[in-house]
Amino acid sequence: MAREGLTGSRIRERRSMAGMKQADLARKLGISASYLNLIEHNRRRIGGKLLLDIARELGAEPSMLTEGAEAALIAALREAATGAGLPANDLERADEFAGRFPAWAEVLAKSHARITSLERTVEALTDRLAHDPQLAASLHELLSTAAAIRSTAAILAKEKDISPEWRNRFHINIDTDSRRLAESSKALVGYLDADPADSAAASAPMDEVEAFLIDHNYAFEDIENQTASVQDLLQSPSLTSAAARHIAKGVLTQVVADAKALPLHRLDDAGPNPDPIALAARLTLPVDLVMRRLAARPDLGAGLVVCDRAGSLLFRKPAKGFVIPRYGAACALWPLFDALGQVGRVTRRRVQQLGRERAFFDCIAYASPQGAADYNTAPLLHATMLVLPRQDGGDTAPFDIGSSCRICPKSACAGRREPSILSDGL
Amino acid sequence: MDQATGKHVVLVEDELNIIEAIRFLLSRDGWRVDTHSNGADAAQIIRAARPDLVVLDVMLPGKSGFDVLAELRGDPELRHLPVLMLTARGQARDREMAEAAGVSRFMTKPFSNSEVLSAVRELVGA
Repeated sequence: MAREGLTGSRIRERRSMAGMKQADLARKLGISASYLNLIEHNRRRIGGKLLLDIARELGAEPSMLTEGAEAALIAALREAATGAGLPANDLERADEFAGRFPAWAEVLAKSHARITSLERTVEALTDRLAHDPQLAASLHELLSTAAAIRSTAAILAKEKDISPEWRNRFHINIDTDSRRLAESSKALVGYLDADPADSAAASAPMDEVEAFLIDHNYAFEDIENQTASVQDLLQSPSLTSAAARHIAKGVLTQVVADAKALPLHRLDDAGPNPDPIALAARLTLPVDLVMRRLAARPDLGAGLVVCDRAGSLLFRKPAKGFVIPRYGAACALWPLFDALGQVGRVTRRRVQQLGRERAFFDCIAYASPQGAADYNTAPLLHATMLVLPRQDGGDTAPFDIGSSCRICPKSACAGRREPSILSDGL
Repeated sequence: MDQATGKHVVLVEDELNIIEAIRFLLSRDGWRVDTHSNGADAAQIIRAARPDLVVLDVMLPGKSGFDVLAELRGDPELRHLPVLMLTARGQARDREMAEAAGVSRFMTKPFSNSEVLSAVRELVGA
């Protein structure tokens, strides 16, 4: 059962935040207080002029009242609740919670994300030998040298009648190995003692980069206008680890190159329904460059996802209502991954992302080779997908896609990797 | 001391001083010891030498001890050859991999000489 129409709860929340009495609001709207009460308790559907009036009185966007909290927030809450083993009927009420207590819900979702990130750090540290090749190699060296010394020393101590030549040889071996042991243990301590800022990088550099991009609302006017350099922006306090600065540098360097190749004003006439292929042909520029630049235009509200040949998401800019999983793999049905199968072919598809809210998008995806060509070598690829928000499903039935399996209600999906945590999937 | 008189062992290891120590130890115990320091052609050498036992390090240049072991086990004539594996990483994962590849015995560095001696004797039933 979908828990639709929590518009009333949001109106009530907004009204009390504004310190307005129910009766006062009702009078301004020209309706009875009891009718407003029914609306606020979600017992009456509301729309049209009355909704617009209420939004105006409360100083809110009408969509804030009807759509409420972002789908991503709800998804995060559900994940937190599932992790805590909350029963299904409580799970169902995540959106009600987010609707009534948006700030608290935000706190809960952020804490949950923080816990997930910390858990991964712990995991990485626990199995550090497996994840840290330098440490593994260093320990191998240490143990091998110790094995040689132990074995040789035991021979000298316990074996009788060792010829002077052998005795001498073993002494020299121990001398060499003990010096090697001293060196390698010193090196190991040096490595473990390294700059604590570097070890924090073990958390999740991608998270830092994402926070950095969100701080800038995915737009870098300073760089576009050349009033700031990449180095200036990398000083941001959001980027604490060296790894995050490295990733952010890559992203910003791309922005600089893109802005040089195609300044945003040249896309001013692209309109609200841009056609990347036509633009690329007119400007004689690569399609993926045009797609990245369209995503950089704030007015389009477009999302952008870039992945590598392994399907790992390298860049994620969400569009409103288009949920991109924070951790783990994305939905295998995304046109982004179609593109990897046919390099150079531009895929365009009207999709509907299933989830709490059914939102429609035009997805335009394109994969291109990375790096220099080599004989008989399959190229490394980057696939780019532009996500343009749409009002409806279009003339033909839209293609159903998900976000990640855990929060996807699609049943009988051949691409499903794990069961959904949505009640329908349980 | 019950010596493994005349038995033949091939020691595949790239640490020179470990080779010297083990060679000395096993020779004293009555073994005929051949040594080899590269993983790439280790299986070939072993196939040609037809030893009673192989002592195999995991971290070898050219090819890992696991791969060498898999090659040996893939050969019908060497399927039952006793193999003692040495590793510097005593992690459960290494042990599992070695067991899956068909190791006869597994030993972690730094080992004691008496451990090595009793293991190799047991493996050839001496």
